[in-house]
Amino acid sequence: MTRQLTIIDAALAYNPPARPRPGHGTVIAEANPQHFMVRSPETPALSSRRRLLLAGSLVAGIWPAAVRAQFRVEISGVGGTQLPIGITRFRDEDKSGQSIAGIVRADLERSGVFRIVDSAGEFDETSRPAFPEWRGRGADALVSGSAVRLADGRFDVRYKLWDVVKGQDLGGQALAVVGADLRLAAHRIADAVYEKLTGDKGVFSTRIAYVTRVANRYTLRITDADGEGGQVALNSTQPIISPAWSPDGKSVAYVSFESGKAVVWAQDVATGERKAIANFRGSNSAPAWSPDGRTLAVTLSREGGSQIYLMDAGGNNVRRVTQSSAIDTEPVFTPDGKQLYFVSDRGGSPQIYRVAASGGNPERVTFAGSYNISPALSPDGRMLAYVNRNGNEFKITTMDLSGGNVRTVSDTVDDESPSFAPNGKLIIYATRSQGRDVLMTTTLDGRIRTRLLSSGIDVREPIWGPFGR
Amino acid sequence: MMTTLRITVSAAVLGAVLAGCGSSVKLDEAAPVVDARPNPNTGAGAGGARPGAAGQSGVTTVDVGGANLAASNLGRVVYFDFDSYVLRDEYKPLIESHARALSAAKTKKLVIEGHTDERGGREYNLALGQRRAEAVAKSMMLLGATDGQIEAVSYGKERPASDGHDESAWAKNRRAELKDR
Repeated sequence: MTRQLTIIDAALAYNPPARPRPGHGTVIAEANPQHFMVRSPETPALSSRRRLLLAGSLVAGIWPAAVRAQFRVEISGVGGTQLPIGITRFRDEDKSGQSIAGIVRADLERSGVFRIVDSAGEFDETSRPAFPEWRGRGADALVSGSAVRLADGRFDVRYKLWDVVKGQDLGGQALAVVGADLRLAAHRIADAVYEKLTGDKGVFSTRIAYVTRVANRYTLRITDADGEGGQVALNSTQPIISPAWSPDGKSVAYVSFESGKAVVWAQDVATGERKAIANFRGSNSAPAWSPDGRTLAVTLSREGGSQIYLMDAGGNNVRRVTQSSAIDTEPVFTPDGKQLYFVSDRGGSPQIYRVAASGGNPERVTFAGSYNISPALSPDGRMLAYVNRNGNEFKITTMDLSGGNVRTVSDTVDDESPSFAPNGKLIIYATRSQGRDVLMTTTLDGRIRTRLLSSGIDVREPIWGPFGR
Repeated sequence: MMTTLRITVSAAVLGAVLAGCGSSVKLDEAAPVVDARPNPNTGAGAGGARPGAAGQSGVTTVDVGGANLAASNLGRVVYFDFDSYVLRDEYKPLIESHARALSAAKTKKLVIEGHTDERGGREYNLALGQRRAEAVAKSMMLLGATDGQIEAVSYGKERPASDGHDESAWAKNRRAELKDR
């Protein structure tokens, strides 16, 4: 059976987001600059002016001012099962500096559930649509709205959702937001529409974290779930790997090499306050939070080798979970917090195992293929996503944990770091495309995949944050 | 006569091995050319081996022990085969030299950084790099270094020595680096 791929560009008229005001949003933490000077004199820290330019370009300036495209790959035939929806330009949105309608369209498209129909036209939330015309365009639903500047400088963003088939008003909302929150307002509208029409909670106003690398500069960035509106949480000349969101979305744990070896840090996203919570002898890595946020699982080599330990969120009360002379790493908690999935090569090559968090005999979970790593669990605990290596190809793979059914969900060959959206409907991962590291999202069946960010810088290790921003 | 010849050959072989040179010594060739860096271990008369200078009976003097071992003159990188953390024979002399330097100076410390090539997952490769560093550390401890003098750490695939995407680059990245602390 040959597959036909249709590549669809959703052109977004876009202006860079306004910079957040002081005290708002995330704060940049600098890894101690003294370490840079001692450790790597051959790569001096950027002068502060260059650093500012670089940070500025990372946040706002790289993307062409005029038009950006979201690249989506869709397997043909799936369009027939999607919900066709129109989203018209929000009245006065160009004056706000954000394409509200464009963000909503891109969000709904990326979910895989919706197909955007011809949305030309000038409407707002008060105009009653000409339903026959919209039915003629093939729409089942329609969103229209406005984004009007208020006297105090904030924006009044309103939308209305219509059932085109029945000719019914499905409700709407008005949100008053500061300019810096316009993108968030658009995402909240996309969430409300998604929820109203599918019954599932939307993830468009959640956040993701990921690592970027530009030459010898690494950042840990926190962005909207569409990869945009990025703010830098950590700036470093040394590698950063393995970011992990706390369950309440307030902290991120990560591994930083700023002191010359792998150390696990936990950082408060809003304030930038951070603490090295695992800095034992040897390497400290692979942090994973328990669902109640009180415990972390980590990989430590303090007793030799790489073994999995638990510790409380402050880094105390360290106790060992795995007891092998193999490599045991990449722990991840089950939603009930009672078990860990992890990677072990105790059988000769890396496979995924499951063990009680209190310790005990691990049970092997992956059997297909000789190299399976980077487990991620769906929020309901029923599906495992991971990376399978076959020959030289690394592909995101899913396993239904009740039936054991295994499925490859990507068609690229250099995938890493799968992470589930908190509604369990999408997986984000990193892959290599045309010489660049890029972020992708995919539906669980692999049929709708979207690439985020055409910015051209290397991005890796995405991790999807929880609900509740 | 035979005894002298045998001693000469053994000494030459010993000299070649201890200087980190992997080639075998043939009786009818000049003494093998050793590493081009000045070797403080050799006596004043021998110097670096110059082809032909010592004829067929060249003997390289090796001084062992003593704090005059300048660690910066010893090799600093051990390379590994794909998917392996086994120490290849050709690096054993290098490891021995460092171990002896540590053994001779108990306040001296070393960090061993393990690395992998770019293929494979980041955390798994971090653990593989850790294995490589620990293999070197264990070997040194068998040769006289103490546990407190060495820390084995890993960079996994995060700090390649070579940015290429072929076997020649990968081979340069599968390594353990020895750094003074």
